[in-house]
Amino acid sequence: MEACYAAVAIAGLAMVTVLTRSFFLFADSDLDLPPWAARGLKYAPLAALVAVIAPEIVLTNGALLATWQDARLFAVLAGSAYFWWRRGILGMIVCGTAVLLALKLGLGW
Amino acid sequence: MTGQPEFWRGFREMVPPSLGMAAWAVVTGVAMIDSGLSAPLAVAMTLLVYAGSAQLAALPLLAAGAPLWVLLTTAFCVNLRFVIYSAHWHKHFRHLPRWRRVVLGYFAVDLSYVLFARRFPDLEPTPEQLPYFAGGAAWNWLSWQGASLLGIALAGSVPAEWGLGFAGVLALLGVTYTLLKSAKSWAAAGVAACAAVAAFALPLKLNIIVGIGCGVAVGLLLDRLFPDPAVERA
Repeated sequence: MEACYAAVAIAGLAMVTVLTRSFFLFADSDLDLPPWAARGLKYAPLAALVAVIAPEIVLTNGALLATWQDARLFAVLAGSAYFWWRRGILGMIVCGTAVLLALKLGLGW
Repeated sequence: MTGQPEFWRGFREMVPPSLGMAAWAVVTGVAMIDSGLSAPLAVAMTLLVYAGSAQLAALPLLAAGAPLWVLLTTAFCVNLRFVIYSAHWHKHFRHLPRWRRVVLGYFAVDLSYVLFARRFPDLEPTPEQLPYFAGGAAWNWLSWQGASLLGIALAGSVPAEWGLGFAGVLALLGVTYTLLKSAKSWAAAGVAACAAVAAFALPLKLNIIVGIGCGVAVGLLLDRLFPDPAVERA
């Protein structure tokens, strides 16, 4: 990879970060969102999170899981069980990752 | 700023989910080196771009020498959700000068947005909001960059087949659970998940935008059909 090309690309990507994260923040005046849009913003964080993670859990290379022997499913089940039992995110991550590694390294899933 | 209790509240609430994201950051660091970036360029990328999903999407294009406009368009689309978030931030921080709003936006990652929306469900500016945001953003930047640099240093010794990046998914899932407070929010989340999976074949990760659109539409529809007697807490 040519270093000059990569450096320009990285500078461009940094500008994309600023442009997207601050998109409406560049505007000085009120956005005057219609009321339905303002209410919709309350559902947007939840919808965005789910839209990001659902494909990571149930898809492999763009296809639905063909087998239940997938370490991710059991990691999600174990982590979720911990969360609804104790309401702790950290414990959930530890629990889910432990199951993931045990199945991947132990059983080779 | 650091003298304010809300700063430390934001900081504290960011710690558990950001630890999961840190595993994802390690994976991103490893991926940058594996795709052929030199160590100095990889360090520059993590410090300047600071957007894991856009970086991971851009790396294969970088390695293939794709035209810059394709690379930047891809990153823009992967980041489209931030455009939606920025409309939300504008509601809370429009009183700040523009340069401070833009700096704030730069540090406003997914977790900042979700934790903030949970802490301040009403779209009204209050004085605690800026320190709360800054506390979470400060910790998240430190933990993400530290983990990403660790990944750059470790590249080659963490096998990809361990799938450690999945810890990031678990972190986001945990945050999702804390947002599921009503039957309507479960329905909106279910529809968003199905739509994002069904639309996965779309290029440029546009399935995420489809998922957000469908989830929000269902939430709005249910709000219309079954209005809450009290103030909405979606």
